[in-house]
Amino acid sequence: MSGEAPVKKSSYTIPIGPIHPALKEPVMFTFQMNGEVVESVDFAPGQTHRGIEWMGMRRNPVQIVHLTDRICGICGVTHSICFARAVEQIMEIQVPERADYIRTIIAEMERIQSHLLWAGVAAHELGFDSLFYLAWRVREEAMDVIELITGNRVNYGIIQVGGVRRDIVEEQYPRIQQCLTYYRELMDKLLHVFLHDRTITMRCRDHGILTYEDAMKLCVVGPTARASGVKKDVRIDYPYCAYGDLSIDIVTPNLLMGEVRGDVYDRIVVRVLEIGQSIDIIQQCLDNIPSGPIIWEEKIAKLLLACKKAKGEAIGRHEAPRGEALHYVRMEGEEAPYAWKVKASSYSNLISWPVILRGEQIADIPIIVASIDPCLSCTDRVAVVNKEQQAILSKEELHRLSVEKTRRLQHD
Amino acid sequence: MIGMTPLTPQEVVDRFRNTFGEGVEGTLIRERAEGMKKRPNYNLWITLRQELLKPAIQTLIDISFPHLAVISGVDIEDQIELVYTFSLYFGVKHGEYLVNLKIRVPKSDPRVPTISDLMPSAVFTEREKQEMLGIEVVGIPDPRRLFLPDDFPPGVYPWRKDEKGIPPSMIKNLWEAKRPKDRPAPPVPEKPEAPVCSVECHDPSEAPNETETEVKKE
Repeated sequence: MSGEAPVKKSSYTIPIGPIHPALKEPVMFTFQMNGEVVESVDFAPGQTHRGIEWMGMRRNPVQIVHLTDRICGICGVTHSICFARAVEQIMEIQVPERADYIRTIIAEMERIQSHLLWAGVAAHELGFDSLFYLAWRVREEAMDVIELITGNRVNYGIIQVGGVRRDIVEEQYPRIQQCLTYYRELMDKLLHVFLHDRTITMRCRDHGILTYEDAMKLCVVGPTARASGVKKDVRIDYPYCAYGDLSIDIVTPNLLMGEVRGDVYDRIVVRVLEIGQSIDIIQQCLDNIPSGPIIWEEKIAKLLLACKKAKGEAIGRHEAPRGEALHYVRMEGEEAPYAWKVKASSYSNLISWPVILRGEQIADIPIIVASIDPCLSCTDRVAVVNKEQQAILSKEELHRLSVEKTRRLQHD
Repeated sequence: MIGMTPLTPQEVVDRFRNTFGEGVEGTLIRERAEGMKKRPNYNLWITLRQELLKPAIQTLIDISFPHLAVISGVDIEDQIELVYTFSLYFGVKHGEYLVNLKIRVPKSDPRVPTISDLMPSAVFTEREKQEMLGIEVVGIPDPRRLFLPDDFPPGVYPWRKDEKGIPPSMIKNLWEAKRPKDRPAPPVPEKPEAPVCSVECHDPSEAPNETETEVKKE
């Protein structure tokens, strides 16, 4: 920093988006920059608002359960659990215990694959592509078991109002057990490569800090909140599905690091530790899963009839890999719900971007944006607007800047 | 929160009843138990008079700083019902309650005060309520649209069920467009149209296309 230079640099604007890799919903960022440093951030989500709630209000609950599978590409089961739980509360029906356990097993499998996917993407954003390949390779194990249990890799279609549509049969246990052993043996290696790597530490330590106070004030959820030391995890706070039966505790970075800094590194710590926690949860579920029916009513026609009679409103929640997801459903004794509101976990987390990006450099934008949300895909274009000049930076260009920064730091 | 015994769900509801008396129009504690051990979880529903919204949130903050999840909204005839969903006592193992504060605002004067001074995260969801339900959040620091595009027609609110909702002219029935004609042939021949019997019955002249049926025979 050669701060003594008297030339006052005027700030300029960088728009990023509206198609952006950090989100399922493309988002439009506008960065106010001063040199390399982010001064302020504004963003506009909803670039591809699909009107799913509007669609749902014209369909019956059994149809909506399959629509909810498709809200998110990573959390295939999250929204289905939320919606099904809300409708079950309105109908005042009890889900069979075995179904509660199967839901929990799938949800935790999903968490493993989602966190590994995120870990790979984060490594890629830092220019550490060999780690990206490694993380995505080991993720396949979870995907294979999800496919074994549900029949699908992405849109699982296993949840039904009142239970689940497929049972876990005796022959499948050894394969699930094998998957758990695989990850258990891998945990030390994962912790080692992600947390004791010099490059990752350099790029992530003390970058993108969200303090405890800000995290509380902004009501962020999931690993983003827990990495800032906010103890908030629906699975532990609020007993639902099989989570009330298990012995689990909230994961915060101080468990491993002895302190909470709320930076990007802490978010990695929380997610990697949560992979271990998920293995433990699935093991507990497999050991204690009760036998019995898996659905409240097998015949769809009867189920729909019962749905049609239901009146009232309820909220269904689930701790998605990225934090609390919530569905508000109101039924008025008709085929379609009267009102339906979906609150995904990112909805709560986006608001932290302006805070965590302030004061950071352009090259740090990809990893900080990625740090709250595990899903990066697609391609992106960044336009750097400097008064009349305008240059389009591609996603690759932005990525290159990030990689160059890593190299620079390594050589220092 | 530390060192204080958490209130029971009944005590939380009583706190509201004692503070606001007649202003609390209805309360409901819904207990539900899942899993094998059947540990109970609690959802509290508190219906309030419109003007008590902010004092009620202050009451909640005084109990323990809550987490604002979302504001949901429903169009009910000549009123709009807003549900402010909070979680209270998060971080206490099995001790969290979901607290839903409900208020109703008339459509003739659809205005609510912003709660962003008490809960800074509310701006996001308040912006959404403005564009989706056509309410006015008085004092909102950022009144821009959130999810809807800039060229969305003004005065149309997607969650409304009255004449201000989405008009039929805005609905794109993609299935009506069928398969584009200027594309290579599909790998499998297209199926003839299934005889759908909806309310607005099809014109007989639009019955399954002859040529398509022939293709299938080949």
